[in-house]
Amino acid sequence: MSDISLVDLCIFACSEAFRGNGEIVATGVGPVPRLAAGLAKLTHTPELMMTDGEAYLVEQPVPLGPRKYDDRKPAGHLPFSRFFDSAVWSGRRHAMVTPTQLDRFGQINLSYMGGTYQKPKTQMLGVRGFPGNTIYHPNSFFFPAHGPRVFVPEVDMISGVGYNPAKRVPGGNYTAVDLRVIVTNLCVMDFGGPDHAIRLVSLHPGVTFEDVQAATGFELVCAESVTETALPTAEALEVIASLDPHNIRASVLKDNPPAKRAA
Amino acid sequence: MTARMLDKRMSAAQIVAQLSDGMTLGIGGWGPRRKPMALVREILRSDLKDLTVVAYGGADVGMLCAAGKVRKVVFAFVSLDAIPLEPWFRKARESGALEVLELDEGMFQWGLKAAAFGLPFLPTRVGLGTDLAELGGLKTVQSPYDDAETLIAMPALKLDAALIHVNRSDWRGNVQVFGPDAYYDEWFAKAAAKSYVSCEELVDRMEDHYPEGAQDNLFERCFVSGVVEMPCGAHPSSMPPHYGWDMTAFKAYADSAKDPGDWAEVADRFVGSSEAEYLESIGGKEAVTGLPLPIF
Repeated sequence: MSDISLVDLCIFACSEAFRGNGEIVATGVGPVPRLAAGLAKLTHTPELMMTDGEAYLVEQPVPLGPRKYDDRKPAGHLPFSRFFDSAVWSGRRHAMVTPTQLDRFGQINLSYMGGTYQKPKTQMLGVRGFPGNTIYHPNSFFFPAHGPRVFVPEVDMISGVGYNPAKRVPGGNYTAVDLRVIVTNLCVMDFGGPDHAIRLVSLHPGVTFEDVQAATGFELVCAESVTETALPTAEALEVIASLDPHNIRASVLKDNPPAKRAA
Repeated sequence: MTARMLDKRMSAAQIVAQLSDGMTLGIGGWGPRRKPMALVREILRSDLKDLTVVAYGGADVGMLCAAGKVRKVVFAFVSLDAIPLEPWFRKARESGALEVLELDEGMFQWGLKAAAFGLPFLPTRVGLGTDLAELGGLKTVQSPYDDAETLIAMPALKLDAALIHVNRSDWRGNVQVFGPDAYYDEWFAKAAAKSYVSCEELVDRMEDHYPEGAQDNLFERCFVSGVVEMPCGAHPSSMPPHYGWDMTAFKAYADSAKDPGDWAEVADRFVGSSEAEYLESIGGKEAVTGLPLPIF
């Protein structure tokens, strides 16, 4: 266990989010979610669909990092020009993303922070596809640095639908809102608390509930039995390494720590 | 209509002369990909101002904002991919000087489609449960059928003009658009009162040159008002399969937002006094066509 890295444990935990999802597009944005989707497809959930990150559907997940442009074997085509018709608005997708903020209702922010909307202190990307993703298909999240500036009581700009009753316009159809899993460098959480409250499910080795609560800007619910996050299997480690030949994942978590936190 | 009337060839300057202050201008492409940058540079060389820019934004939006040409931006993101936050757009936003309509990526294309079909709006669930409706003044409608569902009425994004960079065109505006993804260029063309295309290659009669590419005719020539040949016209954005993006150029552009941080000081470098001079300054056509296609 000593030579297993925390990032590989996170990838393994993230890949569980895609287990048994069926014939849908698994989108992992960023190295960890993308490796997780690839791992899921190559191990427990081969029916998943995914793209090369550009426009082609591939049956063999494309490795991270430098490669030849044609080192991909297109099996299908899913360009942005068809993405909303085919994947998002049909609900046939599960995305795992890293917003800048996430609040106690599962609302996420990618737009701006601080100041006012007219004059933001920090302009970020813009809401991108978050409003549509969150009202149409399942979403999960990965955060490499669990902290109170990420997990805030309420986000500055609601860029994705959560479970906040005050934001539900009456008469709207929210049946497809489905926030699944949050994996961080400390733990795994879900939305299984009362009224979809965020709930601690498992702690990474050596992490305590108090550590997690102290790094979270709102009160967390605890699952009835909080477990220790499972270590990746030897097979999973092999697949992860094959999908990341340049070891890009080593730069995701600060100091690339081992899976078990030093006491 | 005589053949002469169908000749839509113009110079880039003539295209920009068709535009006027205060117009709503759509710009095709996506982030740092397939952007009609040569036409954007031509706008930057002109006196045009007070534009409302509608785009899946990249350096097109950043440069026009930096140069003070923009009153309002309609966007879902402004990004250079590997440089996630477009620094000049960010600067303009954080100065409080811009009016914005921020939309989801899917709503955005829905608004273009509403405009293309001449509809006042198209209904969608997207936007409900977020801050978009309130911040953007978007209204809701109720389904008149038994479900009585409440939906956002995404207003038509009507464009006075659209700029699009395509792979090929002939002088009548028969375009061929190919590569992995054409994004929403078709809908920019159809949402606009007039669309102007720049192309990597201008041919005489498409049927004589590339008849085998007829299925790449992404939008029909009735949607094209002007055509100009501008090889490398997407630089520094990517134009597959001809060339990839120029991340070195993007990085220099991004760095200049911090140092010196004044567009007037760097405009010459990123715009040039003419397109020929600009192309020369970046190493000519060979340098651009040698840029590897980006991998993701």
